[in-house]
Amino acid sequence: MKSLVCLKQVPDTETQIKVNPDGTGIVTDGIKYIINPYDEFSVEEGLRLKEKFKAGEVLILSIGPDRATEAIRTALAMGADRGIHVKDPALNQADPFTIAQVLAAAAKQGEFDVIFCGQRAIDDDFGEVGPMLAELLGLPQVTFVTKVTVADDKKSAIVEKDVEGGKEIVEVQLPCVLTSQKGLNEPRYASLPGIMKAKKKPIDVKTAADLGVSVEAKLASTAYSMPPERSAGKKFEGLEPAEAAKIVVQALRNEAKVI
Amino acid sequence: MAKVIIYGEIKAGKLKKTAFELASEGRKLADGLGGELAAVLIGSGAEQFAPDLARYGVDVVYVVEGAGLESYNSEYYAQALCQVVKEKQPEIVLLTHTMQGKDLAPRAAAKLGVASISDCLSFELDGGKLVGKRPMYAGKCYATWTATSTPQFATARPNVLETKETPKEGKVEKIAFAPDTARPSYTTKELNLDTSGKVDLTEAEIIVSGGRGMGGSDYTLLEEMASIFGPTCTVGASRAAVDAGWRPHSDQVGQTGKTVTPNLYVACGISGSIQHLAGMGSSKVIVAINKDTEAPIFTKADFGIVGDLFKVVPEFNKELKTLLAE
Repeated sequence: MKSLVCLKQVPDTETQIKVNPDGTGIVTDGIKYIINPYDEFSVEEGLRLKEKFKAGEVLILSIGPDRATEAIRTALAMGADRGIHVKDPALNQADPFTIAQVLAAAAKQGEFDVIFCGQRAIDDDFGEVGPMLAELLGLPQVTFVTKVTVADDKKSAIVEKDVEGGKEIVEVQLPCVLTSQKGLNEPRYASLPGIMKAKKKPIDVKTAADLGVSVEAKLASTAYSMPPERSAGKKFEGLEPAEAAKIVVQALRNEAKVI
Repeated sequence: MAKVIIYGEIKAGKLKKTAFELASEGRKLADGLGGELAAVLIGSGAEQFAPDLARYGVDVVYVVEGAGLESYNSEYYAQALCQVVKEKQPEIVLLTHTMQGKDLAPRAAAKLGVASISDCLSFELDGGKLVGKRPMYAGKCYATWTATSTPQFATARPNVLETKETPKEGKVEKIAFAPDTARPSYTTKELNLDTSGKVDLTEAEIIVSGGRGMGGSDYTLLEEMASIFGPTCTVGASRAAVDAGWRPHSDQVGQTGKTVTPNLYVACGISGSIQHLAGMGSSKVIVAINKDTEAPIFTKADFGIVGDLFKVVPEFNKELKTLLAE
């Protein structure tokens, strides 16, 4: 079972985001980076498939600056076999189509049963790369995946996915692109031996040009801004529960007018 | 010719109301560009919704019919949408950022060699070009985006754009579709939709949410509050509650769950981590009930009650019931 896992390094969820003074992006100083949580589910699922079939490979593919190496190493420490790091200043802040083009070009250099993407990256929140990658490779896509059962002959899979207000169970031919959703699995932690081994696992570094992609932006960001500041309203402390409840319920009707 | 095309999502035989949000917005954009507004509906019988769309400013409704479109399917729906876009050459294509829109828009955009400005809160035209304002980092900041190629694709967050009636003719034009079956897709085996009538978090007008302070999987008090509020209210949870296994992952509000924008968000036993505040900070009104007076949630709450939720919520429900019964 060969899986390709597309992985992005993103700011930790507890990061306070600040827009830079000229409004062209965010302040990156002091940010702690993690593997995009949805991509972590992908890594885990790739590992589980390899373990189930007792054969195969999990290849990590990441686009990002130097620091993205840490994220790839973390995935290798979890048990993935090798990595491809596409490092190219032209791809910093690239739009989802450009990213999908680069991933597709890299994916075409190998053969995979399943290609995993996170359902979205929690930094830019576009949520487009998985379906775009599937389209560019001419493969079927199943998005928001919470369960994967690959048939013994590795030709198809039964996949459970989230849809609005419920679940859909689909059968898909392999190879395919799956986008991971929370609930798919509980990602393992890297073990100490895993961390040691990861240091020796190969990471191939490439540029967009190495992959034959000429970067041509499809989207441009103009102005970054902070959301309207929300300030604390009325806080009721030391009141009897019944009294506090009454004041707030009345206020929701008469003051806030939301009920 | 249509300058703007919107995609109307049909779910369980009904046109979703997000189609009217897109139509109202699409009308403004089409007027700005001096052209027609069209809607694409996929599936036979969809022309029945043309009069509804016409009311919200749609000049013409393209109904795409053919094999492979019986139920939603990423590949064939994307083919159908792209067929219309290639034929009609609009400048702007708008979809809604629903579960289906998130699946369809990028696939269709990629077929046309463009990217989509996804999850927009508002749109404007700048020199005839579409500008979409969208949250990033789950709403920790916003940014405006433009497309540098045509067609300009975008998705709009549901329940944010305002609907406005502008009656138009709403002509119907049927478009025949034959799928390119060389492009593989999946087949649906089972579709298990929640029939309880529970409204999705992203579409709820009121959300009652519970966190670590709930102490366990018993959410009866919150479900009771939700049922008093009525069918537009649903129950959510914080990451702590979901990770503890108390609530399903689909209930999670926050950066690794759903970003929500209800009129009212009632946070019970939720301290208010940065990632949770990002996911619900755009709610119109926030009520927080927490026994820790230092909890960060109180810095964002319009109304805060410091107290034990197991004592406060029953009283809250009692008051609410009395008030709403009046």
